[in-house]
Amino acid sequence: MRKSKAIATFLVAASTAAFAAACGSSSGSSGASSVDWSKVTHLTASGPDSMSALVKAAEKEGQLNVITLPSNWANYGTIMKDFTAKYHIHISDAIPEGSSGQELQAVETEKGQSRAPDVVDVGTAFAVEGATKGLWAPYKVASWTNIPGIAKDSSGDYYADYGGYVAIGYNPAKVKVAPTSFKSLTNPAYKNMIGLNNSPTTAGAAFAAVYAAALANGGSYSNILPGIQFFAHLKKIGNFVPTAIGGPSTVQNGTTPILIWWDYLLASEVKPVVPGFKIVIPSDSSFASYYDQAISATAPDPAAARLWEEYLYSTTGQNLWLQGFARPIELSTMTSNGTVDKTALAALPPAPAGALTFPTQAQDATAENVVTQDWAKDVG
Amino acid sequence: MAEVVTATAAPEVQASGARPGRVSALVRSSLRWLGVLPFGAYVALGLGAPTVAIAIAAFQDSNTNAATLSNMHAAFQGTYLTGLQNSLELSLVCAIVPGIFGLLIAYAIFTAKRGNVLRRVVITASGVFANFGGVPLAFLFIAALSTTGVVTGWIKDVSGVDIWDHGFTLYDVHGIFLAYLYFQIPLMVLIILPALEGLRPAWREAAENMGAGTWQYWRYVGGPVLFPSFLGCLLLLFGASLSAYATAEALTGGTVALTSIQIGALLNGNVIAGQENLGYALGLIMIVIIAIVMVLYWFVQRRAARWLR
Amino acid sequence: MAAVASAEQIGSQAPRPAARRRSFPVWRWAVLLIAAVYFGIPLYSGLKFAGFKAFTQVVGYQDFGSAFGLSLRLALIATVLTLVLMVPTTVYVHLRLPRIRRMMEAITILPIVIPPIVLIIGVLKVAPGFLISTPNLLGLEYVILAMPFAYRSLDSGLRSFDVKTLVEASNSLGAGWPTTLWRVVIPNLRTAMLSATVLTVALVLGEYTMASLDNFQTFPVWIVNFEQNSGTVAVAASLLALFVTWLLLMLIVTLGSRRARKHGGAEVALFTVSTQTRQTVGETE
Repeated sequence: MRKSKAIATFLVAASTAAFAAACGSSSGSSGASSVDWSKVTHLTASGPDSMSALVKAAEKEGQLNVITLPSNWANYGTIMKDFTAKYHIHISDAIPEGSSGQELQAVETEKGQSRAPDVVDVGTAFAVEGATKGLWAPYKVASWTNIPGIAKDSSGDYYADYGGYVAIGYNPAKVKVAPTSFKSLTNPAYKNMIGLNNSPTTAGAAFAAVYAAALANGGSYSNILPGIQFFAHLKKIGNFVPTAIGGPSTVQNGTTPILIWWDYLLASEVKPVVPGFKIVIPSDSSFASYYDQAISATAPDPAAARLWEEYLYSTTGQNLWLQGFARPIELSTMTSNGTVDKTALAALPPAPAGALTFPTQAQDATAENVVTQDWAKDVG
Repeated sequence: MAEVVTATAAPEVQASGARPGRVSALVRSSLRWLGVLPFGAYVALGLGAPTVAIAIAAFQDSNTNAATLSNMHAAFQGTYLTGLQNSLELSLVCAIVPGIFGLLIAYAIFTAKRGNVLRRVVITASGVFANFGGVPLAFLFIAALSTTGVVTGWIKDVSGVDIWDHGFTLYDVHGIFLAYLYFQIPLMVLIILPALEGLRPAWREAAENMGAGTWQYWRYVGGPVLFPSFLGCLLLLFGASLSAYATAEALTGGTVALTSIQIGALLNGNVIAGQENLGYALGLIMIVIIAIVMVLYWFVQRRAARWLR
Repeated sequence: MAAVASAEQIGSQAPRPAARRRSFPVWRWAVLLIAAVYFGIPLYSGLKFAGFKAFTQVVGYQDFGSAFGLSLRLALIATVLTLVLMVPTTVYVHLRLPRIRRMMEAITILPIVIPPIVLIIGVLKVAPGFLISTPNLLGLEYVILAMPFAYRSLDSGLRSFDVKTLVEASNSLGAGWPTTLWRVVIPNLRTAMLSATVLTVALVLGEYTMASLDNFQTFPVWIVNFEQNSGTVAVAASLLALFVTWLLLMLIVTLGSRRARKHGGAEVALFTVSTQTRQTVGETE
C-alpha cells in the first residue's frame, strides 16, 4: 500500500512539475503556472494556491507596477526596497506624486499594457468608485480577520492599509504659544500662520482637516458645514493662510509655521527639515482616515500583486508602515499580540482612545459635495 | 517697410489675375489648398478632435455614459456658476491692465534706436516670461510678498508698517491678479509689437508737417489705426487669462472659485470622485466662450488689417 | 538719451517745440523702470530664498536627470515637428494663399486661448492607446501649443526679405519646390527658425498642466513635485531654466542681427521686423 502510494505521489509530483515546466516558458506577465492568479481570491494553506506557490509565481513574473507611491510617504521607499530585496521582483513606481484620481485613470486607460498598475493605494472614495466600475479583483489577505470590519469591503475588493489622524504641526521657533486643539487656533497670536496642505476641494488631507474641524465644532460625520465655517472664521480673523502649496517649504520659510496635515506626513516630511518641529493631535477632535489597497482586475502581474498585498499585511509590512509614522490597520491586533514594533509606536503621538470610526461612503459623498459647493463661497 | 508692403501686395495681384482656362483654374485653385493640407490635418487631429470629444462627453453621464443634460445643468449652479462669473471678471481685468501696460512697454522699446540692447533684452525676456507660471511663479510671489517675504520686510524696515497687519493679503483675487501680470504683460508685448510696426513713420511725419502735436497725432492718426489691433490683443489676453490654472490654484488653494481650478479638481483631484463629465461640461463652456472671443477677434483684425498690412 | 533726441530733431524737417520731444524719453524710461522693478523683485526674492547652494544641488537632485531629459526629448520632438510642419506651410501660404493669412493667424492663435487643461483631457479621450502610453503624445501636442509663436516668428521672418523674387528667380533657374525651399528660402529664415526653436523649447520647459494630467514627470512637473521635498532646489531649478532660456534667446537674436548687418536684409527680433529704410526716414515717435 505504501509503495503504491509513494509511486502515486511521485507520479503526481512529477506530472505537476512537468506541467509547470511546460507552462513556465511563457512570459512573466501572463502568469507562468497552471494557476490563473488573476482569479485567486485568497491563499490556501497548501496546494497550488499556497503562499509558496504564490512566491514562486510572483518571482517568475519578476515585475510589479505600483503607482503614486512617494518614497518618503509612509516609508514606502524602504518597503519597496525590502520587497525587491526579499523576492527579487523589480518594482516600477509610476507618477510618484500623483493623485488617487490619476491612479484610477491609469488603471482604465492603460488596460492591457504591460506598464498598467498592478496595485493601487487610493483614498476610500476612489476605492469605492473603482469597485463600482469593476476595476478591482477581490482578494483577501492571510491576515484578513485582523482588519476591522468597517475598514474593508466585504467581498474583498478593497481594504484599508494605513492611515493617521489629522494633526497640527508647528514650528516652536516661530510659534511661541503651543496650539493644542482646533479651538486654540483662534488665538490672535497665530495671525497669518495657519496653513493646510493643499485645497480641501482637491486633496484628501485638507478635506479631512475640514472634517476634523467640523467634529470639533459641533458637527458630525453627516454634517461637515461647521468645519467650513470654522475655517471661514479663521480666515476672517486673519489666522488662515489659504495657499495650496502649504508643506515643508512653507513651514521652513515662515509662510505657514502652523500646518494641519496627516500626523505621519508631518512626521516624515516636515520634521526632518524643521528642527524642533512638534506634532499634536487636536484634543477636541480626532479624525482618522485610512487609505485603501486594491488589486487591479486587469493587472499584468497578478501573482506579484497578490504577493505584494501579503507582504504589506504581514507583520513585517505593517511594522514598516509604522516606522514611517503611519498607523497600520492591524495595529490594535499587533499591539495585543506583542508583534508591534514598540519603538516605532512610541515615536507616534498617542492615539486618541476609543475604537476606530469612519464616515460611511454616503456621509463622505455628501460631505465632499458640501465642501465643493461651499468652500469658496464661505472661506474665500 | 515700404518694400515689404509692395512685396506682399504683388502675389495678391497675381493670384487674382487672369489665368487661362476656367476648369483648369478651378482645379488649380483647389490643388493649391493641398499645400496647407498637412497643417490642416494636424490641427484637426490635435485641436479639433479633442474638442469634439469634450463636447460629446459633456453630455454623457460620468458612470453610465448615457446621454444627459445634468452636467450642463450642474455647471450653471452654485459654486460652478460663481466660478464662471469669477473667471470672466478676473480675465477681463487681467486683460485690460496688462494690455495697457504691455502696450506702453512695447511702445517704449519700439521707439528705441534699432539694434538697441534694451530692445533685445525686453523682447527676449517677453518670450521667456510669457511661458512662466504655475507653482514656481506662485512660489516667487510668496517669497516676495508673504508675511516673511522680502518686500514685506523692506516695507517694514523703511516705514515700520507691516502691510499684512493692515489687511494686505496675497491669497485672494488680488494676489492672483498680481501674479497673472507676470505672464500677461510679456504676452501683450509680444503680440502688440507687429501692430506697432505697422505704424508708418511717414504718417507721423505727415501729421507733424501739418502742425499736429503728439496728442493730436495719437488722437486722430495713431490711435484709430492701432485701436483694432489693441482690442484684438486684449481679446487674446482675456482668453489666456481664462485658461490659466496652476498659478491661481497654488496661491488660493480653492478659496477662490475659478472654472479652470474646478475642472482640475473634478478631473484630477483626490476628493470628488465620479463627476468627471461635469468637468468636461465646464470645459465645453470655456471653449464656447473662447470661440465667441475668437469670432470677435476675427472681426476686429479685419478692421485692423485695413491699415496695418 | 539727449543724443538720440537731437538726432531725431536733425532728421526731421518741420520745426516743432523742442520741449515736447525731450519729455518723451523720460516717460519711456519711467515705464521701463517700473517694469524692471515688477519683474525683477520676485526673481530676486526667489534667489534670496533659494540661496546659492541650492543651485549647485539642482543637477544632482533625485530624478532631475530623467525629468530634464524627458523635457529635452519632448522639446526636440516638438521643435522638429513644428519646423517641418510650419516652415513649408507658412512659406506656402505666404506665396500661394496670401488671402488666408488672416485665417491662419486666427487658427494659430487658438492654442494660446484654449485652456491647456481642457485640451489635454480631450486629447486623452481621443488619442489611440499606443500613443497614450508614451510621453511622445505630449510632444505632438506641444506642436499645437507652440504654433502661435512659431507661426508668428516664421511669418515675420518671411516679411523681412523679398521671398517672392527669390523664389521666382530660383524657379526660373530650374530649381524645383523642395530645392528652392531648402537652398533659397530656409537659409534666409535661419534667425526666424532659431527664434521659433527657442520659443518652443521655452514652452516645453514651462508647460506643467498638460504634462501633469498626462501622468508624465517632465521638468516642470518635477519642479512642482519636488517643491514639497525641497523648496529651495525647486525654486533654483525653475530660475535656472528661466535664465538659461533667456540667455539662449538673447544669443540667437544678437547673432541674427549681427548676421543681418553683415549680409544686409532686415533684423528679425522674434516677431518684429525692422528694415534698413527705417533708419533713414527717422525714428517713429
